Amino acid sequence: MKRAAPAGHGNNCSSSPEERHKGSKGEEIPQQYFKGMAMDRIGILEGRERQVLEKNSGVAQADIACDTSSLSGSVSQRACVFCGSRVVLYPVADAIHLVHGPIGCAAYTWDIRGAVSSGPELHRLSFSTDLQEMDVIYGGEKKLYKSLIELIEQYKPKAAFIYSTCIVGLIGDDIEAVCKKVARETGIPVLPVHSEGFKGTKKDGYKAACHALMKLIGTGSTEDISKYSINILGEFNLAGEAWIIRQYYEKMGIEVVATLTGDGRIDAVRRAHGATLNVVQCSGSMTWLAKEMEEKYGIPYIRVSYFGIEDMSKSLYDVAVKFPDRPDIMEAAKQIVSEEVKTLYPSLQKFKKALTGKKAAIYVGGAFKTFSLIKALRSIGMSVVLAGSQTGNKDDYARLKEMCDEGTVIVDDSNPVELSKFILEKGADLLIGGVKERPIAFKLGIGFCDHNHERKIPLAGFIGMYNFALEVYQSVMSPVWQFAPRKGGSL
Amino acid sequence: MKHEHAKTATQNACKLCNPLGACLAFRGIENCVPFLHGSQGCATYIRRYLISHYKEPIDIASSNFHEETAVFGGSHNLKIGLKNVSDQYKPDVIGVATTCLSETIGDDVPMILREYKKEFKNGSPMPILIHASTPSYQGSHIDGFHAAVHASVKALAEKMPWQRLINLFPNMVSPADLRYLKEILEDFGVPYMMLPDYSQTMDGGPWGEYHRIPPGGTPASAIATAASAMASIEFGSTIEASKSAAGYLDVMFGVPAYHLPLPIGINGSDKFFSLLETLTGEKRAEKYEDERRRLVDAYADGHKYVFEKKVILYGEEDLVIAMTVFLREIGMVPVLCASGGKSGLMKKRIAELVPDMDELGIKVREGVDFVDIEDDAKILQPDFLIGNSKGYTMSRKNNIPLLRLGFPIHDRFGGQRMHHLGYRGTQELFDRIVNTVIEQRQNASSIGYTYM
Repeated sequence: MKRAAPAGHGNNCSSSPEERHKGSKGEEIPQQYFKGMAMDRIGILEGRERQVLEKNSGVAQADIACDTSSLSGSVSQRACVFCGSRVVLYPVADAIHLVHGPIGCAAYTWDIRGAVSSGPELHRLSFSTDLQEMDVIYGGEKKLYKSLIELIEQYKPKAAFIYSTCIVGLIGDDIEAVCKKVARETGIPVLPVHSEGFKGTKKDGYKAACHALMKLIGTGSTEDISKYSINILGEFNLAGEAWIIRQYYEKMGIEVVATLTGDGRIDAVRRAHGATLNVVQCSGSMTWLAKEMEEKYGIPYIRVSYFGIEDMSKSLYDVAVKFPDRPDIMEAAKQIVSEEVKTLYPSLQKFKKALTGKKAAIYVGGAFKTFSLIKALRSIGMSVVLAGSQTGNKDDYARLKEMCDEGTVIVDDSNPVELSKFILEKGADLLIGGVKERPIAFKLGIGFCDHNHERKIPLAGFIGMYNFALEVYQSVMSPVWQFAPRKGGSL
Repeated sequence: MKHEHAKTATQNACKLCNPLGACLAFRGIENCVPFLHGSQGCATYIRRYLISHYKEPIDIASSNFHEETAVFGGSHNLKIGLKNVSDQYKPDVIGVATTCLSETIGDDVPMILREYKKEFKNGSPMPILIHASTPSYQGSHIDGFHAAVHASVKALAEKMPWQRLINLFPNMVSPADLRYLKEILEDFGVPYMMLPDYSQTMDGGPWGEYHRIPPGGTPASAIATAASAMASIEFGSTIEASKSAAGYLDVMFGVPAYHLPLPIGINGSDKFFSLLETLTGEKRAEKYEDERRRLVDAYADGHKYVFEKKVILYGEEDLVIAMTVFLREIGMVPVLCASGGKSGLMKKRIAELVPDMDELGIKVREGVDFVDIEDDAKILQPDFLIGNSKGYTMSRKNNIPLLRLGFPIHDRFGGQRMHHLGYRGTQELFDRIVNTVIEQRQNASSIGYTYM
């Protein structure tokens, strides 16, 4: 297998630097634009300049500013604290998820993710206390209590997660007390998730969700758990991805104690502290949990990514290395990689041939995914002209900068105006993002690959790499773009 | 019908929250940016939800509350947000809708907007600022929709000499419906002011560059003329007087208001066309006579398929009411007319339009969710469901076919191009209903007929 070029320099993309300086219709863009930062021409909002940079090794560049909250009036692609908590806990399928607040927060998150379950499907139901004006005035505790008792009676869940929304943070409902009372009366864990929308960013929501999970971990029996065991953290089983990954590890002879939270089960979470190693994917959401588990239970963790051949293979090797007394585990990992790549590699060549020289823009939730996507795109001949995330941290952006080619635009917490300007000016053929980015790409006549929570096709694992390449190919190579104005079509 | 379990929580809601409707309505004003005064999540969730139906980018700005904002008030954030949106989007109008958060802390938005205008009057051109109060703990998305329309008229309409002009407040209908309504008014040769008009902003063509605000929508200058019109037509059966734009213009400026149910079905459409004929003194164009003739003919061709078929209808109250009347006109029985909305008027309005509703066993339920509807479905055993995509869970589970209409259509293509109104919309609905029955029969038959 041909390995992707080392990060940062000399990628295997055939487009020359000159080509990259062509605008959307092939017209020359003045060179001075590429010398400095790109912002002057783009009308970046005051206060956002430091969240955008164009990689230029010739000049000293300040670090990108991140970890800030979104600017008022900027149309951020981010969500809120509640959203962060909701996405992390959503796949736990045998718990009820009750959103305490007015109806919107529950309605907009009803069955919207592709996180699938092999058994119970309580996570696909939407429960809300649907607070009304009188509840806001007099408090929602009684309604919350009644709702919980009834829902637990009706659905017999293994646990209940109670999400506080903005308004609950204001009216001062004592959620903790209600949860304790209901837990006592029903005998199941009833866990408050402090996810008031305005109390931070999506990342704080991740943390609130992890905090709730931490309360469960350590409450189950770890008997019979093998020494050769892991938890998979930050894998949400979108389109069954956790099953694919789990299968690889099990083939290697490793026991997967819990996937957090894909195809999640309360009992599995309870005994997660019995695993020997935590394997963290989607670092943005779950690193905090891994660190807590390391501190409390002494379980080390590694960060992995299951996207692309290179990172997928590495995520198997990195786990095998942690069990040096069992060389057969490493052998099995090598065997899996070799077998998978043997079928996968030839099947990718058709795509690579067609896609070589095409340019991609990436704007996703977490920065860690961006690294994998850059490598995966390079392996099918594409270069990356824009890379960014909603929630990356300083280290992520430093690494991103190192990985990217000269002239790549790097953004934190971007908005549609910025994204589309860069996409057009850099002549991207593809945008990778989520549902909010999709119409931007299609309006501008650019291919799109959905790499977010709603997708129905697995993109993780070796088979996922094939699906990814296929999807990119199908979108970028479609003849429909001939009618797009950027290709000379009429407006 | 009693739920088999005690039921306090809303389960699988059959409604959305107030600010969503306001954002959509503001999107129907030309060069307007919808702006939510609340947390970032509200704007993002609503964008996502609208995008999944309309497949169009929709920028909704947010004042992006933080903890200190919630403690000290949202004034500062709102002003910075307005300034940023003004600078970056250069809008003619910013439509500010509140959320549960800003309403609960008691921000005096009108006052903040006045202050803002004073503080920034020497800066860049000042957009028109419209404020709609849309707390999510009241009503549902349709209330936010009407609140935004009402607020826009209230903010912009000014006394002017009478002119030959018709105001049309079409309610929350599809971009295709809006285009059809405009075509009708144009064919009558009457100047009109339709609000909102997101026919282009939410269903437009390709772009050569990113438009901060997509082209299309009702210009603010047109809304200003609403007070000079010879009449207002407002589609809807349950709009509160305090949120009725037509009502406002009637009371404040003496513009006669005509309230019609959404014009669905032949009778419903006839009322609309007749009203236009009366108001304009013109006959309808021949092409509408043709549309009507084809529809009458289609009713004849398809009547046996649909007669006495039992249906559960759900969605916004106004849509359900209009659909109920249409279904009766073709011999179908809406055994349950359900809505997550709670105007308190739905049953009364249906009774006015379908006097024999009790004999027919038509049940009307307001303020229900999909679990309530599903419980009823088990007893009522309908032949199919008619409503938005969110009934799919129930449809699949109980093996009852679902005919999709209204908003949102998240699991089929082209919801924004679906017609519901007038003879043309009714024709489309009728064809789809008949085809649903035919498909069901065809699938159920062991023979595999190739023509039905």
